[in-house]
Amino acid sequence: MEFAELILVPKLDGVIMHWPFQKPVDGTLCITGHHLILSTRKESVEELWLLHHNVDAVERRISGMQGGSLIIKCKDFRIIQLDISNPDKFLKVATTVENLSSLDEPTKLYPFFYRPMFPILEDGWTAFRPETEYSQLVTSQADEWRISYINKDFSVCATYPSAVVVPKSVDDDTIIAAANFREGGRFPVLSYRHDTGSVLMRSSQPMTGPSSKRCKEDERLINSVLGPGKRGYIIDTRTQTLAQTAKSRGGGFEVEMYYPQWRRINKPIDRHQGLLDSLAKLVEACNDTTASTDKWLSRLESSNWMSHIKDTLNCACLVAQCLDQEGASVLVHGSEGLDATLLVTSLAQVILNPDCRTVRGLEALVEREWLQAGYPFPIRHRKSCYSTGRTKAHAPTFLLFLDCVGQIHQQFPCSFEFRTSFLIMLFEHSYCSQFGTFLGTCEAERAGMKLAEQTVSLWSYLNRPDILQSFLNPMYDPNNRVIWPSVAPMSLSLWSELFLRWVVDQTPQQKAWETITSLREKDKELRLKATRLRRQLADLEKEAVEAGILVPASAGAPPTSEAVADA
Amino acid sequence: MNRWTADFWRQVLPHDTQTFIVPVNMYRYQDLISPDTSISSGNDTGIPTSPSVYGRVRSWLLQGQCSAPPELYHGLSIHKKVENVRMLDRYNARKPSIGTLYLTATHLIFVDPDGKKETWILHMHIASVEKLPLTTTGSPLQIRCKTFLSVTFVIPKERDCHEVFVTLQQLAQPVHIEDLYCFHYTSSTEDIPKPAGWNFFDLQSEYQRMRVPSDQWSLTLLNKDYELCDTYPRYLYVPSSASTTVLLGSSRFRSKGRLPVLSYLHRNKAAICRCSQPLSGFSARCLEDEQMLNCVLRTNPDNSFMYVVDTRPRINAMANRATGKGYENENFYENIKFHFLGIENIHVMRSSLAKLIETCELKSPSMSNFLGGLESSGWLRHIKSILETSWFIAQAVDEKETSVVVHCSDGWDRTTQVCSLGSLFLDPYYRTIQGFQALIEKDWLAFGHKFSERCGHVAGDPKEVSPVFTQFIDCIWQLTQQFPATFQFNERFLLTLHDHVQSCQFGTFIGNCEKDRIDLRLNERTFSLWGYMANHMNEYINPLYSTLATPDILMPNIAPQNIKFWRGMYCRFESGVHPREPLGDLLLATCDHSSSLEDHIRLLTKRINFLKQQLADCKDNKRNFPAVPIDGTIDNIKGMMLDNKYLYEKCREDGITPGNLVQLKISHASNNGLPGDSTKLSSNAADVLSVDQLAAELGSVALDWKTLRNIRECVCSTPFDHFSRKYHCWKCGEVFCTRCIDKHTPLPGHLSQRAVPVCRPCFREIRHSGSIESP
Repeated sequence: MEFAELILVPKLDGVIMHWPFQKPVDGTLCITGHHLILSTRKESVEELWLLHHNVDAVERRISGMQGGSLIIKCKDFRIIQLDISNPDKFLKVATTVENLSSLDEPTKLYPFFYRPMFPILEDGWTAFRPETEYSQLVTSQADEWRISYINKDFSVCATYPSAVVVPKSVDDDTIIAAANFREGGRFPVLSYRHDTGSVLMRSSQPMTGPSSKRCKEDERLINSVLGPGKRGYIIDTRTQTLAQTAKSRGGGFEVEMYYPQWRRINKPIDRHQGLLDSLAKLVEACNDTTASTDKWLSRLESSNWMSHIKDTLNCACLVAQCLDQEGASVLVHGSEGLDATLLVTSLAQVILNPDCRTVRGLEALVEREWLQAGYPFPIRHRKSCYSTGRTKAHAPTFLLFLDCVGQIHQQFPCSFEFRTSFLIMLFEHSYCSQFGTFLGTCEAERAGMKLAEQTVSLWSYLNRPDILQSFLNPMYDPNNRVIWPSVAPMSLSLWSELFLRWVVDQTPQQKAWETITSLREKDKELRLKATRLRRQLADLEKEAVEAGILVPASAGAPPTSEAVADA
Repeated sequence: MNRWTADFWRQVLPHDTQTFIVPVNMYRYQDLISPDTSISSGNDTGIPTSPSVYGRVRSWLLQGQCSAPPELYHGLSIHKKVENVRMLDRYNARKPSIGTLYLTATHLIFVDPDGKKETWILHMHIASVEKLPLTTTGSPLQIRCKTFLSVTFVIPKERDCHEVFVTLQQLAQPVHIEDLYCFHYTSSTEDIPKPAGWNFFDLQSEYQRMRVPSDQWSLTLLNKDYELCDTYPRYLYVPSSASTTVLLGSSRFRSKGRLPVLSYLHRNKAAICRCSQPLSGFSARCLEDEQMLNCVLRTNPDNSFMYVVDTRPRINAMANRATGKGYENENFYENIKFHFLGIENIHVMRSSLAKLIETCELKSPSMSNFLGGLESSGWLRHIKSILETSWFIAQAVDEKETSVVVHCSDGWDRTTQVCSLGSLFLDPYYRTIQGFQALIEKDWLAFGHKFSERCGHVAGDPKEVSPVFTQFIDCIWQLTQQFPATFQFNERFLLTLHDHVQSCQFGTFIGNCEKDRIDLRLNERTFSLWGYMANHMNEYINPLYSTLATPDILMPNIAPQNIKFWRGMYCRFESGVHPREPLGDLLLATCDHSSSLEDHIRLLTKRINFLKQQLADCKDNKRNFPAVPIDGTIDNIKGMMLDNKYLYEKCREDGITPGNLVQLKISHASNNGLPGDSTKLSSNAADVLSVDQLAAELGSVALDWKTLRNIRECVCSTPFDHFSRKYHCWKCGEVFCTRCIDKHTPLPGHLSQRAVPVCRPCFREIRHSGSIESP
């Protein structure tokens, strides 16, 4: 199908648009294959460029012969209203927007048509390959870990990348057997190795079934990461009941008898539809600024979003505690090992690993723990909180991850190289983007779609100095420690920078950050200037002493200025 | 294996239900940035302290001289000392800290020698003392403070516990106002003279600032002996057209004689006036009062009507009619628009705060428990209603250019809140430190907000206690959150203010009205909080403040989503729940650092230019200077010191501007801090520029300051908690607590020769090298 067939009204004059924080605009609506554009053709007035893919729901408010209003609800939570006075055109525009926003064919999406206007300094598609990401680990711990290409044709596990890190002592046959024992073939792989030597692994649930089957290869695989006599933890992100019922469908959990070296703990985190419903309630409550305080608080509470944050942080802290405090290794899984599992393993790394708090580190983390780990972004993010067609396949798990990072950021505002606006940018691009990074459900699919050749990577765009600059945290002071967030309810707060940005003007806060940036820059400049002047003074001093102008240092005097300047 | 015992598991892996308790625990033992010290009010409230006290007590304890107890603790005589007391921490019940409890005349002090903990509780801050049921380890005594600290001490002997309990009950709320702390508070390490601060503000100059008296408004002296209304200030500003008969009549028709008077005059001639409810009953009317409001209306010639805002809920106002009070009848008063705005009364507010505190003190609350508790306390709803009412008034004045008459019942609680907030929305001056203090002087102190009764300073009716001022401070905090660059002051300023309204350490907030304060001769007998705060101004500055970024009219967003729970206030002493890297303090340190570098750069530039000049001259003239005197520096310094002295005198005479307030500290320190300075400087006059001197100059300014992160305690082993400010020594760049950075001196490496904070070793070093240089 061609775009032309779908676009019933390519252009329409006299459309009045209502959007957040701006006066209504009377302009011309243009609909292209990928964008909905509203322009007044005036210099001073901003234009709207909206990707159809950003549209989550379209609501028609027909007002008889006067046409009607089209309420466009976006995945970035924005709500835009278009008033169209011609009833016929109104219906056609509505249908067009609905059709274009629900296009399912990935190759028709904008990233395949987008051509970058900037030179690509570093190709984001190859920037975070497992080989380079894990190269240090594999060389320094060469006797313990190796990169395995057993999945190079994606036959062992369809959703895993071609290269995974596995214990050196385990051969490929064992891995294949273990993969057969785990749902979707997602056998235990290395996620992170902590400084203490303890490791974080993730997988999907074991297929024990009702009869509690065992798989010796699986046992051998995970036991091999434990030192002799050591024990580890298996964190199950489901409730015990849920894990139990999974048995009847062929899934299950590690039976204690067969895994005597492992202690299993249930740390339930809500998933899938529960999460999306929660988000929907939250966003709805956030958008209603006329409600009473009591109503707002009760809706905030009943949305449960903040509870999810608390649960998630709690679980991630527990994992981090096991790794850092107990020096014990941890295996995390839920059922598929996709949503809650990745949430916990990635968050634990933000807590433990200072690298993950840098821009590049976070990009690498998203790449490793979400994209390469096979988190199906296009499926999960197909619908968001406004959509009426929400199903089990849709979930804002990645947003929950970003929110949790934001909460930690709020408690440690100087330990992150990026500002929270960086997280918001990731949120937006994960739902709709001109870049191909979040297309494809897993590496196999991405390879099949030839994304690397046909689209631009988000990282290629971001990692240019001029773009990166705007996301940098002026207060950043590298912190090599593990950072333990507080999970007390009073320590967690609604991420207003994201959830309230279309209803509460964030300009004062943004201005404040600009001021902070300039204060810090000024301080840095002064520091440089002082050093330079000290050096200059030291040179002059030497010259002056030689010329006999200056009284030379007296005996036993404090160090000369030269020495001080050098110090 | 030992590690795998059940006990170990319990320790490591909590039950799911205890999710909150455990992480906080675990963070404490591994990340001791803010250790368990929940309060050390001695540090930052200006209570006389000396850094050696902790060490003294500690060494005394170590020497085992317990049989001969010290007579003094921090210069405070000890009334009672109880040993082996356990201080319970909500999050760490398994490992309570054990130490000694000292009861002095002014403070309850708990010292835990092993945990290096010192907890100071000012008796005046105690809101309630409660004996909890006896346990196996002793008698628990729960103390709740007006600063929202809550602690439980378990005292081994019931008899001791009872004694402490009875004493505290007496000390926390004296019967006589003359027994309050401020009348005994004399010794001060601050060295501020007693009158400092009392004369910073006066009502007449504040009205002059609003260009009053004017054609429309004039000063009346009818109340100069407090005969018209004893809870109003002496000087009242009323419409010029209102005759004495009208004023007297109106005053008689208003509850407590609180007639409508000017609170704030906007530049568009619209005014905010305040009064109490009329004694209207069901049908009574008073022609003079009606005329009075008409006079108010006519002060704004362009307007055909004005608003009368009754801040109460309609039902409350109706109920008051039965007791002969009530509200204005639109039929009797010409051209008024009457509005009820629904702020609840002091009793509702009191129980709302109690519920809020209960919520904060919940043991291991879930997110739902907390949010539910927050909702049912109604606290945020009340904050919102106060902001809404204030914004309604500000809008009427600014957008509609209409005057507003505001009252509630007696016009000293809700009216005070909304008049002051309304003015603050309209006038950027009130968002500066000085202006904010002037606002409190005017609307709160002069117009008779009953601080002593509302704060429960002395024993009295507990039903009169209500967090009216706390709500006001909370509203201001909400605005600082919405507008980070609009207020000159920071959160610490608000907290300090709130603490001292309760502490009774200063006379500023004692009494219930201006007349009370004059009768008590507070300005002669006590210190002023404003004087103390002027001396600590650098701690209260908001580095983001910019006059350019401050809008004339502050338009708050009062959506419920924007009204937030103030963790820094109500959970202040829960050390685990706050951000671990306080942005504000880090920014303040950055600004100080920049300021030090700028000064240093100016000196470097001067030295470089000087040497360049000399070298050039030398080449030109082929002449050798054996040594060169430094030009003019000394005179400058002397001049500056004189300036500072003059400035200080000037401040005392005619009030003060924000800039001066900051300088006050500096001038003060340079006057007292370095008595030997002048001799040193004058000896320098004959001195010459030498390599030694250059080295000393460069060595005296640290280019890099130590990071504030991960510093758990000062060198004096005082632990840092969340709210204790960490200070840098400007010479060595190390980090110290407030007690250890009490020295100020000019640095040789600074051109301006202003006194800056240095640590004690650096101070000694500078003075030492100073004496060497003197011939």
